Amino acid sequence: MTAPPSSPSSARAGSPLWELTLARLRLFFREPGAVFWTFGFPLLLSIALGIAFRNRPADPSVVAVVSPELQSALAKDAVLRTRLLDEPAAREALRTGKVDLVVLAGPPIAYLFDPARPESRLARALADAALHPAGPPATVDKPVVEPGSRYIDFLIPGLIGMQLMSAGMWGIGYVIVEMRTKKLLKRLMATPMSRAQFLWSFVVMRALFLLLELPLLIGFGWIVFKVPVVGSMLLLLAVSLLGALAFAGIGLLVASRARNTQTVSGLINLVMLPMFVASGVFFSTARFPDTVQPVLRVLPLTALNDALRAVMIEGAGMASVAGQCALLAGTAAVTFVAALRLFRWG
Amino acid sequence: MSAALRCEKLVKKYGDVTAVDGLDLEVSAGECFGLLGPNGAGKTTTVEILEGLNEPTAGSVEVLGRRWRSDERALRQRLGVSLQETHLPDRLTVEENLRMFRSFYERGRPVDEVLDLVELRDKRSSWTERLSGGQKQRLAVGCALVSDPELLFLDEPTTGLDPQSRRQLWDVVLGFKARGRTVLLTTHYMDEAERLCDRVAVVDKGKVIALGTPPELIASLGGQQVVELATERPLSPEDLAGLASVRSSRRNADGVALTVEQLHVALPAILARADPFGLTRLSTHHATLEDVFVHLTGRHLRE
Repeated sequence: MTAPPSSPSSARAGSPLWELTLARLRLFFREPGAVFWTFGFPLLLSIALGIAFRNRPADPSVVAVVSPELQSALAKDAVLRTRLLDEPAAREALRTGKVDLVVLAGPPIAYLFDPARPESRLARALADAALHPAGPPATVDKPVVEPGSRYIDFLIPGLIGMQLMSAGMWGIGYVIVEMRTKKLLKRLMATPMSRAQFLWSFVVMRALFLLLELPLLIGFGWIVFKVPVVGSMLLLLAVSLLGALAFAGIGLLVASRARNTQTVSGLINLVMLPMFVASGVFFSTARFPDTVQPVLRVLPLTALNDALRAVMIEGAGMASVAGQCALLAGTAAVTFVAALRLFRWG
Repeated sequence: MSAALRCEKLVKKYGDVTAVDGLDLEVSAGECFGLLGPNGAGKTTTVEILEGLNEPTAGSVEVLGRRWRSDERALRQRLGVSLQETHLPDRLTVEENLRMFRSFYERGRPVDEVLDLVELRDKRSSWTERLSGGQKQRLAVGCALVSDPELLFLDEPTTGLDPQSRRQLWDVVLGFKARGRTVLLTTHYMDEAERLCDRVAVVDKGKVIALGTPPELIASLGGQQVVELATERPLSPEDLAGLASVRSSRRNADGVALTVEQLHVALPAILARADPFGLTRLSTHHATLEDVFVHLTGRHLRE
């Protein structure tokens, strides 16, 4: 076969960074399992937890009464449910916890209840208020619902943080070690490919992915649970980007020496599990003792979750999340440089 | 002709194990040079040192007149490498793989041309995981050809392939060589070395134990024919000593093998000597590089 002499013009190909990134994206989207764990799983998790911990209207208090007059008097209050029983049956119902309160006709009207049971005390207060409408001074009820006070409001930013962590760790750490075991890294080393560009392609991939992951979770939270973003969307994106970079760096670092996928899986779990539990994904870090708080605060996922919640729920500005952002940026820089130094290419 | 590749007194030790033990090579520009030897002879270690992927414990390496330490980036632009086993990404297509590799080089051949070279045009949109063994191997070689290299390294390019796939790959190598380019390949198939290589270095235990063109190496046996015979009662090489036209003799698995210069002269005498021992089998073949290896080491290449 004859071929024209090679020349740069006949063959200028795409930029290596772009081709490497493209390959990463293609390989990801051709792996249905990876797509599910990255995009589907966090959504399913938020649905399950959102349902389990939804805010329900208060249970009605159940009151046993012995006369129809009392029953109609108490029916004025919507949160009281009344049952008309004779006195022995009413006492029995109270004893077995089927009703919270027994009201005996008077005079004087008697309340039978167990003061040790909060729901009994509540029922007594409600019944009393219904039987003796309040006189002056007149009062008025003003129900207050704090924005962002539901569990799901707390959960969605935590899930975003968790998602950025696990996608970075698995999507980079595991994938690189797999390339090492398959000798693909060695093969790439036999080309003039720039090593820094190779590592950068993973970082670029994570940044691009963020543009899919973030709208998906935030949009889902808004549509399904009406979880608002109180603060600046741009700041939220910036915080997420720093989080993605920090975990991209940690992902590179855990992958830098490991020779097989079992080792790297262990390392990834070793890094992630403590943060799953202690960095405020599912419940507040405030539940841990004061002595460990300084340690928790410097965990990258804690910083990321705190910053995400501050922006999403409290509408915090740049200045109030600067500390967390600095910590994330520092983590990204240090881990990337360390990974480049330690990396086992062969 | 100038040397495309030269190494002197190459040594590579892994702890107490010496994989390469003072190996010298010189490959001329434009030749196809083969490293022939059994598994574990140190071929792959040698090639990876020459490819700049492994550091020698001692010795010097010069590739295309340059050294790895000072000129790595420039050198990589001019080489094509196919490793013994590379698992290219399963779910990239043939074409995507070639494009990715192409992007690493400043100059090279268009991807379409390489697809033709390695006969994978029909498969350009297939994922790597759906290719046959031979197609995968041709893709691996294709990835080494996208840079239009001056020097191509192939480490056991046809190991484990069926005969037809092997011949297809040989055609790719011969086509590359026909463009005046240099090839260094390792193999433990003597027929592959005979078919492709201008010169062969027989490697055993990290050393070159014979060097020359395949005909020269075969001629070094002293005879072009090999006679193998087996008998009912044990026959030793000494029993066949001193026969006309017999150049050497040695014991093999179930009898004796002789290298013979002129079959028609030697055969009647061999039959006469062997007959009393109860001849059960006699066969002859043209001497091959396998016979050279057995002659030199007493072992077979595939052992």
